[in-house]
Amino acid sequence: MVELTEKPIDVPAITGTVTSPTSGAVVLFLGTTRQFTDAKETVTLTYTAYAPMATSEMEKLESQAKARWPIDQCVLIHRLGEVPIGEASVAVAVSTPHRRDAFEAASWLMDRLKELVPVWKKEHWSGGSTDWVHPGLVQRPNENTLQ
Amino acid sequence: MIVRVKLFALTQDLAGCEEVSLDLEEPVTVGAIRKNLGESVEVLQPVLGSCAFAVNNEYALDSVMVQETDEVACLPPVSGG
Repeated sequence: MVELTEKPIDVPAITGTVTSPTSGAVVLFLGTTRQFTDAKETVTLTYTAYAPMATSEMEKLESQAKARWPIDQCVLIHRLGEVPIGEASVAVAVSTPHRRDAFEAASWLMDRLKELVPVWKKEHWSGGSTDWVHPGLVQRPNENTLQ
Repeated sequence: MIVRVKLFALTQDLAGCEEVSLDLEEPVTVGAIRKNLGESVEVLQPVLGSCAFAVNNEYALDSVMVQETDEVACLPPVSGG
């Protein structure tokens, strides 16, 4: 199952969902909001999404992972809106018969989610400024504004 | 034909709106939308080369053809997680 939510991620509910009598392994990954990025302090983070596409991209990742590993249950949840420091912004959980598959599938799902799912993070720094986080964004000089 | 392009995150802040309408001559490709968007909203020009586009919730290369009823989105590099 996949979900976008503005509420805190319910971790016990996720482990309950993925735990299965046919599985010997449950791997749960939580991406949590970090207070310091190098020397800069984050006060809070806000997340926004292109919700219909984010949902369909997460569903695609779930089905691709299920085709590749013997997954019993899979949960992908991304939180939107304001996420205070130390709380989970993303959760990936999988259950499989054996642990290696669960580790591999959860890692692959998280990496692909960060590459493909249209969700964006805005840093609210302690000095009062804000920055969108856009990995790899290149800002070329605008010809129209050059002297 | 009129194509409406949804904007997100930095592109939405730069343009000051959630959506831009472009009037384009058919046939229309994603590449033509990318070019026209940069010309119509000049402040977006410097970042459009790094943006992906989606048509009807699917990532779309510049060669993809777009119909008037399609939902088009300009996606700056994502940063979920």
